[in-house]
Amino acid sequence: MTIASDDPRVAAVTAPPPDAPPAAPAAAPRRRRARLTRNRWGYAYVAPFFLLFGAFSLYPFLYTAYISLHEVRLSDIDGAEFVGFGNYTALLQNEFFWNAARNTLTIGILSTVPQLCIALGLAHLLNYRLRGRTFFRVAMLMPYATSIAAATLVFGQLFGHDYGLINALLQGLGLDRVDWEAGTLSSQVAISVIVTWRWTGYNALIYLAAMQAIPNDLYEAATLDGASRWKQFIHVTVPALKPTILFTIVVSTIGAVQLFGEPLLFSGNGMTNGGASNQYQTLGLLMYDQGWTNFRLGQAAATAWAMFLIILVVVGACALIARRRARAER
Amino acid sequence: MTTLATPPEESVDAPARTVASAAPRRRRRRAGRVTAAGPLTYLLLALTTLVSVFPLYWTMVAGSHTNAEIAATPPPFLPDADLFTNIGRAMEEAPIGLAIVNSVVVAGCITVGTVLCCTLAGFAFAKLRFRGNGVLLGLVIGTMMVPTQLAIIPLFILIAELQWVDHLQAVVLPTLVSAFGVFFMRQFLTQALPDELLEAGRVDGASTWRIFWSIVVPVARPAMAVLAMLTFLTAWNDFFWPIIALTTNNPTVQVALAGLGGGYVPDRAVIMAGTLVGTLPVLVVFVVLGKQIVGGIMQGAVKG
Repeated sequence: MTIASDDPRVAAVTAPPPDAPPAAPAAAPRRRRARLTRNRWGYAYVAPFFLLFGAFSLYPFLYTAYISLHEVRLSDIDGAEFVGFGNYTALLQNEFFWNAARNTLTIGILSTVPQLCIALGLAHLLNYRLRGRTFFRVAMLMPYATSIAAATLVFGQLFGHDYGLINALLQGLGLDRVDWEAGTLSSQVAISVIVTWRWTGYNALIYLAAMQAIPNDLYEAATLDGASRWKQFIHVTVPALKPTILFTIVVSTIGAVQLFGEPLLFSGNGMTNGGASNQYQTLGLLMYDQGWTNFRLGQAAATAWAMFLIILVVVGACALIARRRARAER
Repeated sequence: MTTLATPPEESVDAPARTVASAAPRRRRRRAGRVTAAGPLTYLLLALTTLVSVFPLYWTMVAGSHTNAEIAATPPPFLPDADLFTNIGRAMEEAPIGLAIVNSVVVAGCITVGTVLCCTLAGFAFAKLRFRGNGVLLGLVIGTMMVPTQLAIIPLFILIAELQWVDHLQAVVLPTLVSAFGVFFMRQFLTQALPDELLEAGRVDGASTWRIFWSIVVPVARPAMAVLAMLTFLTAWNDFFWPIIALTTNNPTVQVALAGLGGGYVPDRAVIMAGTLVGTLPVLVVFVVLGKQIVGGIMQGAVKG
């Protein structure tokens, strides 16, 4: 995991806000800075963070790996029994694991794809010269400020079978009521709607920030070439946003793999099985189910590591695509 | 992991590097695409606003009727008079008052601790050269990919042994670790803190510690404010770890809401009233500081 920390592109991630004092000229003499700031005290400044990090992140990660190689029950933590990769092979033969993996994938696609597409369109709209610019931006971010618990409770009611507004709307349109919670696809669609609702505005703002950085000359040139608005969007905006899009895909995927609160509360009965036939049990929920409903910590730890591996694969794939693209452009 | 490290702003970089100070950049930004929006744009944006806000509005509508009234066809679309009755009943069903106090304490402590830790570490990563800083920074960024699930079991065992279950510090301490915050502060200080300032402080004979408080912190203040707002919001809304570390005996708002929606309260109006009360504080903060939060997210452009 090499981080290109000296890459100037990284340094541009957080541009100072407009009211910040003027930044130093980018080409500060490096040699002088090195002499002035070479400093052992650096360790002292990062120490508070790394103490917490060691105690509450690093140590738990490693301990989770250790637990995943043991048969451990929540009631008898000291009585751990070494089982090698037994938990992992059991996981691969476990139909619940594959069911949860499938559900996570479907919900992940159903939520990430529309969410990012809508966000891209919204950002495009927000990029026009607008009256009430701030109002629209803040309104679009309201769902992000709403907690998972609150959002899921509200949408759980909106998707209710007998009295839910969405079914009332469907009926008003002459369609049949849908038992959203009971069906496999319908429940996954409903959960995806919650995720999409919460995150679309947020992603739109990220795209908007990137769009505002696209040099105007590109659009002027496109206009001179007689490109329509739509063509400009497809041929100028989207290509310029590719790194941002890739980034949001990575971040949304990391979120999607961990999806937990929405499926837990969507059932409306506090159960961890993700519906009567586990139709919307995600990996995050399965892990909780194994650990805190069935008290099998070894199994839960193996599931957690499987989730991490899935994230690594997705992020690795995206990094590969980014690198190949960068090379192709060179 | 360059994907995480080189996000959107790859493109920001062009104007950012050629423009030395912040003021001209602002002008530059405004000069983006200045085409005025047409009526269709306003219509679509209004529609999106409606979709964004309606569920929250409906929470208030549903929370202010009786259960029977919400079930009517057509359903009501205006708030009614039963709000306070419903809130009262929700507070009997779940300790929402206590939960709000707890959430304020928890989110407040997490915010102060995180901002302090991250400013210290961000400063060191941005401006101090010490052996292994690249590796350590890599470690910080790498942790952004690690799912919470991976830490939950040992943390639970730890707090069980310390007998911290249902104690607020069980939620505060593990949540203080914010890789995003360190990265965010580092990126800001790398750009916003001129080396000449540090140099001047050094020439005056100030210690690094002194320089931190009298030079770095004043410069970092805008970024600290942004980080504080985002951290508070995230901490207030945090769900997974609190629901494991706390029970409804001493909950945060999210834990109380999960309890309220857990199937023991059949009255939907009461659930909605409780949801409203639990969400209102953060929504009020959001309406007041919304503009700043929007600005913060657009600068940070990294999901926390």
